[in-house]
Amino acid sequence: MVPIQENAMTAQLKRNFVEMNSRMTKNEAIEEANRCLYCYDAPCITACPTSIPIPNFIKKIASSNMKGSAMTIMDANPIGASCARVCPTEELCEGACVLNASTKPIKIGHLQRYATDWAIESSVELFKKGQTNGQKVAIVGSGPAGLSAARELSRFGYDVTIFEAEAKAGGLGSYGIVSFRLPNEVVDWEVEQIVKLGVDIKTNTTVGVDISADEILAQYDRVILAIGMGAVPNLGIEGEELNGVHDAIEFVKNTKIGTLTEDLVGKRVVVIGAGNTAIDGATCAKRLGAEQVDILYRRTEKEMTAYQFEYEFAKQDGVAFKWLTAPTKIIGDEAGKVVALECIKMKLGEAGADGRQRPEEVEGSEFVMEVDAVIKAIGQTRFVSLIEAFGLQHTNGVVDIDETTMQTSNKKVFACGDVVFGNGQGEAMVVTAAQQGKDAAYIIHEQLKKTSEIA
Amino acid sequence: MADLRIDLAGIKSPNPFWLASAPPTNSGYQVQRAFEAGWGGAVWKTLGEPILNVSSRFAAVNFNGQRVAGFNNIELITDRPLEVNLQEIYETKKRFPNHAIIVSLMVEPKQEKWHEIVKKVEAVGVDGLELNFGCPHGMAERGMGAASGQVPDLVEKQTFWVKEVAQTPVIVKLTPNITDITMTAEAAARGGADAISMINTINSLAGVDLDSWNTVPHVGGKGAHGGYCGPAVKPIALNMVAECARNPLFNVPISGIGGISNWQDAAEFILMGATGVQVCTAAMHHGFSIVEDMIDGLNNYLDDKGIASVMDLVGRSVSRYSDWGDLDLNYKVVAEINNDVCINCNKCHIACEDTSHQCIDLYTESGRPMLKVREQDCVGCNLCSIVCPVDGAISMVERKSSIAPMTWNERQSLISNFAK
Repeated sequence: MVPIQENAMTAQLKRNFVEMNSRMTKNEAIEEANRCLYCYDAPCITACPTSIPIPNFIKKIASSNMKGSAMTIMDANPIGASCARVCPTEELCEGACVLNASTKPIKIGHLQRYATDWAIESSVELFKKGQTNGQKVAIVGSGPAGLSAARELSRFGYDVTIFEAEAKAGGLGSYGIVSFRLPNEVVDWEVEQIVKLGVDIKTNTTVGVDISADEILAQYDRVILAIGMGAVPNLGIEGEELNGVHDAIEFVKNTKIGTLTEDLVGKRVVVIGAGNTAIDGATCAKRLGAEQVDILYRRTEKEMTAYQFEYEFAKQDGVAFKWLTAPTKIIGDEAGKVVALECIKMKLGEAGADGRQRPEEVEGSEFVMEVDAVIKAIGQTRFVSLIEAFGLQHTNGVVDIDETTMQTSNKKVFACGDVVFGNGQGEAMVVTAAQQGKDAAYIIHEQLKKTSEIA
Repeated sequence: MADLRIDLAGIKSPNPFWLASAPPTNSGYQVQRAFEAGWGGAVWKTLGEPILNVSSRFAAVNFNGQRVAGFNNIELITDRPLEVNLQEIYETKKRFPNHAIIVSLMVEPKQEKWHEIVKKVEAVGVDGLELNFGCPHGMAERGMGAASGQVPDLVEKQTFWVKEVAQTPVIVKLTPNITDITMTAEAAARGGADAISMINTINSLAGVDLDSWNTVPHVGGKGAHGGYCGPAVKPIALNMVAECARNPLFNVPISGIGGISNWQDAAEFILMGATGVQVCTAAMHHGFSIVEDMIDGLNNYLDDKGIASVMDLVGRSVSRYSDWGDLDLNYKVVAEINNDVCINCNKCHIACEDTSHQCIDLYTESGRPMLKVREQDCVGCNLCSIVCPVDGAISMVERKSSIAPMTWNERQSLISNFAK
């Protein structure tokens, strides 16, 4: 009866990737909405990078004006349904809620999800394309920044074309955020809202292959580069080419598209790195059935860059953490398959240029772990050649911009989202990318409106 | 986008949401801020002989942790000079020509006093007048406000005096501190009122401090009754509006007031016959910006219902409000409990067992606690569904009766026919 067992396993894995948080019931939402104080000059609005008028959308839930509530959210944030699920709310709106000082903060993220879920299910039309002004804007990349810019530009009346290398639009939302936090349907809806505004999204279209940067620069009045970041870089150790070594970004992406494989069921997995992507890789591995998942980090718990709630979540999922440990060599068998990982213990030494204590190897502390898979999550590479194809100045792959105008070294080209994040510039959050996309759209509109007025 | 403009007895405003005559409409600064926030009109805080106010004026009733379920005040009419108010009314109207400015008035029940103030106020350019026959405290002790509003003849006479000189529409604001509000509403109509507004506040004492034994609020250890308003008074106000709206002797438009906090409350008043609404307590609790959801919510509601103009909603429920004697004695609803949704708090059972008709049984099925309604004993009182804390756990469902509909009045007339 092997097939039946396999079916049960497949079903189990599928369940593991279903959205974890359940939606508020109507009772819960109304109760919570009525708890909101409706502050004046509310700190939650200030804490939201997209400045959603939070008390207003909550008041509208309380008065059962669900369309109004969804409009209020989506007007300020074109990917407000995604952000309801992926925002680090305790660091943003909920962290700023005045009720932290007296009782407990309003569950803003859950209420935002309640309102946007209503919009998804009622398939109500929220926004309309503005009257066409004949001007064309190209956006490279259909992630949070690109979609937000497209939505705003379309409402202003621009003809917007998005170039997307992947088969599906959505970027990070479609490929990079684990399904049990952000199901595909949510991103699909946000993309559909933007397509309905007349935005032409050309998927499976790689700039530099299917169309050149020069062609785009020649054909459009303005260009927005919202290409995000690339694959995880190499560890620079022996054995990275072995079968069973994964790039965390690719690894997560594979859980979002196609079917979930059973390759990791009962296996031992090591994740290298301790950022939010490492947590994603580790929790996905656990949910794919891995028996043992260890996160290896060369520094300590204190220095890890993952959000606290992500760290707690990983621990709840049964992920173990090995601090002050660095990989030195991946060992394979004759068939070229990973069987073990050689590591070395580290200690924290003097502070480096970035102010963080530098990890140093502890001599003679090498040890070997038997593993079946290694997931690399030590940051992301940059699409340098694409940036250079547009002739833009950059610093180690981070596009240089004027942070007030989002303008690059080519005044016709704007950049936003992860492509401008790094070297102390910008923020890596989805919600920040959304705001940057809006900002780029507003500045383009300001500039082109002026030129058309002069003409 | 539905058309939210209203025309109340000739007074036009961009939406049906007005601020009531009260502290929020005390000055030009406030009314202009309100118009900027989106309010369609404002009834300027009552002008008259400027009075003196006391310190410590408001109190609220909280209910189970929710603030301002009810609100009580002992503030009187304007305490600013008439000239200052008139100058600010003029400036506000000039800045907001399309918004409705109605000025509330209260003077001694003398013809010349009314003539004088009406002429002065209309001279600065206003859209209408509202006669304050409702203020229940302070002014009433001087024979004004509710004191004259409780005497139908005085209501009629004073309205008549105003109408002798008024060029703009006259709204008479009624006090609820009376046995039957339709008596004073009819008196206002006889006096020539172009519209009536209701309700003013209800006599109230918000509370007693259990430590100091002072009243809440108190002025240096002494209290006096105030006027009650806010969400708690809505059902009282709604009934009074509905009673006037369905009164066949009475045919002037109504401006609805009393506990209106959001677009849903407003829509209920409009359905029950109000052409527009006035709001105070909700604005005092949350600020002028609450009007944004009122406008947005009402607009979305009308769009959903396929109604093009809010004026088409006015009075749509009035014909459904009747006398008890006209209700069908043979109509039957019963409670139905959905055990899949029920959370087993048993509040329905004990409410029915102790205080209604003992028809909800507790039992267990395969070890699981369950509740069931014995339909033959259920009178359809709704109590269980009222106390139930979960949506969808108890529904009141109609049971078709085999007997033809019959009202009490029909029954009595049949019986008297048989007796003949």
